[in-house]
Amino acid sequence: MTRLEQKMAALSAAGRKGIFIYITAGAPDIETSKRAILEAEKAGADVIELGLPFSDPMADGPVIQDASVCALRNGMTTKKELAIMKELRAETDIPIIGMGYINAMYHYGFEKFVTDFKAAGMDGIIVPDVPHEESGEMRKICAAHDFHLAEFITPGTTPNRMKETCVGATGFIYCVSNNGVTGVKKIDYSTIGQVCENARKFTDTPLAVGFGIGSPEAAVEAAEHADAVIVGSAVVGRLLKGQFDEAMTFIHSLRTALDEKYGK
Amino acid sequence: MNTKGRFGKYGGQYVPEIVMPALYELEENYAKYKDDPDFQNEFHTYLREYAGRPTNLYYAKKLTEHYGKARIFLKREDLLHTGAHKINNALGQALLAKRMGKKRIVAETGAGQHGVASATVAALFGMECHVFMGAVDVERQKLNVFRMKLLGAKVIPVHSGTGTLKDATSEAIRYWATNITDTHYIIGSAVGPHPYPTIVRDFQKVIGEEIRTQAKEKIGGLPDYVVACVGGGSNAIGTFYDFRNDKSVQKIGVEAGGRGEKEGDNAKTLSGTGQPGILHGAYSYLLQDPDGQVVEAYSISAGLDYPGVGPEHSFFKDTGIAKYVSVTDQEALDAFQRLSEIEGIIPAMESSHALAYLEKLMPETTEDQSVVVCLSGRGDKDVAMVAKALGQEIE
Repeated sequence: MTRLEQKMAALSAAGRKGIFIYITAGAPDIETSKRAILEAEKAGADVIELGLPFSDPMADGPVIQDASVCALRNGMTTKKELAIMKELRAETDIPIIGMGYINAMYHYGFEKFVTDFKAAGMDGIIVPDVPHEESGEMRKICAAHDFHLAEFITPGTTPNRMKETCVGATGFIYCVSNNGVTGVKKIDYSTIGQVCENARKFTDTPLAVGFGIGSPEAAVEAAEHADAVIVGSAVVGRLLKGQFDEAMTFIHSLRTALDEKYGK
Repeated sequence: MNTKGRFGKYGGQYVPEIVMPALYELEENYAKYKDDPDFQNEFHTYLREYAGRPTNLYYAKKLTEHYGKARIFLKREDLLHTGAHKINNALGQALLAKRMGKKRIVAETGAGQHGVASATVAALFGMECHVFMGAVDVERQKLNVFRMKLLGAKVIPVHSGTGTLKDATSEAIRYWATNITDTHYIIGSAVGPHPYPTIVRDFQKVIGEEIRTQAKEKIGGLPDYVVACVGGGSNAIGTFYDFRNDKSVQKIGVEAGGRGEKEGDNAKTLSGTGQPGILHGAYSYLLQDPDGQVVEAYSISAGLDYPGVGPEHSFFKDTGIAKYVSVTDQEALDAFQRLSEIEGIIPAMESSHALAYLEKLMPETTEDQSVVVCLSGRGDKDVAMVAKALGQEIE
């Protein structure tokens, strides 16, 4: 069992919902991003999504775009991300999933990327600009290295498509809550809730709902049909504004709200 | 490798999952209408009656005399309604969008020509139109911004990233992803995820098909060279495609050499330091740094400063079907003035790049040969910018 699988199994056994916190490596600066990850765990995060900045983050809204620009200005490279991963792993056992765009990984060499980041302690990867159709080779490489590659479902994913994309999924499935890009907004979570219910017919892999979650109330709603929530922009936005403590208080408020609703 | 939508190894569908159902919908509908006589008839009627096709293959006698070598012909896409070849694709895609029941069109634009073409067809077919344009381009293409607004489109300046075409493209894709059910994205060049590069090429290939027919009469056979500028590469693929199997026709794509060889100073994706990579949905040549971050492209021409290129051009480059070269800002500026003075035709700055290559090409040619240059657009939109580059201010 990977760290992620152990964590999701433990949460499920306790009847609790998981919290995935996204933090961009290198924003607002390298030290703060590392400290934020370690403190996020203390504030209640179960899984860290380590954002690997890209110049053209097509699936991201303005906050994570800004964080990417900031991190790249701070000199982030794949090698530095690898170093950050190693340093984090020396200090915590929290599952860490990378989230980055394909071109940087392709350029580094995808198999080398998986090998090196796995060795550094990363547990898997989310590549939002590679749909199932294009991920065949990547899935093989990840499976060979026991490294999770996230599959996606969205409100537009038909049951037929889920059957194809979700069957082999490991670790977790990224359930995109609404049409659009990352960023806090008001969303009707019943739509993705129904999609999650459909997905359960094809897979036992944990479902994590992301995109748009900006408050404890939204987290509670989003978690209803899922196993975990993914929160990014609401945390990264605070970090970019220099509101470190507020970011941690916010994560803690998500923890409290989810545990109150879904039992501790 | 997933072989669907590939040109050799290039192309593909590198987009967020949220966009996939729309790509399938587009693929299915395009497959249905591509060979549908009603659709093709309507498309060609609009091309003829509304856009002004076929465009002339004009024998540029004075320019020919200027060089004293091969005969030079200009494919006059600049005479089309809205002033550039972009209308071919915009009409085709809007007709497709209409049949798909879409209410809204989103487009990206660099120089503004595709934005104007999209705004035009949206007005014609009664659709809402949102055009994303880099903030830098909004500033340097004020005339086209106003034209789009007159046509009823909403122009949204994009400040993210570097505020140019690549950022406008990302933003258009984001908007599309957010409004995927009722919106069609009219991509402006032969780029993006499958099936876009194929659709755009199919709607632009009329350029080359007409050249072939017209050349029979005016040249008495095939031209020896066809030359077109390449940013994303839609006028070039439209010009080259029909000649792809004609080895006797040399196909030359001219990229923007900008102000020099340094990273960020040009848009030489195929003719310079570009390496295969993935941007905006396709695997193709790409200007990028050693870490795989996309490098900003530069050109004096707002229609050419794109760091990527259509995947079919990457395939044409690797297989030698076409050859890709570049000319500098200055060479393009010179060509802009040269054609104005010699032929009384003010070319777009983009097309001026293709014209500028004649300086290098013509000495290699002989009098019995012929060269066709795709004059992809007219230069009215560039006049203020050119005046500035020449040290004159006009308001």
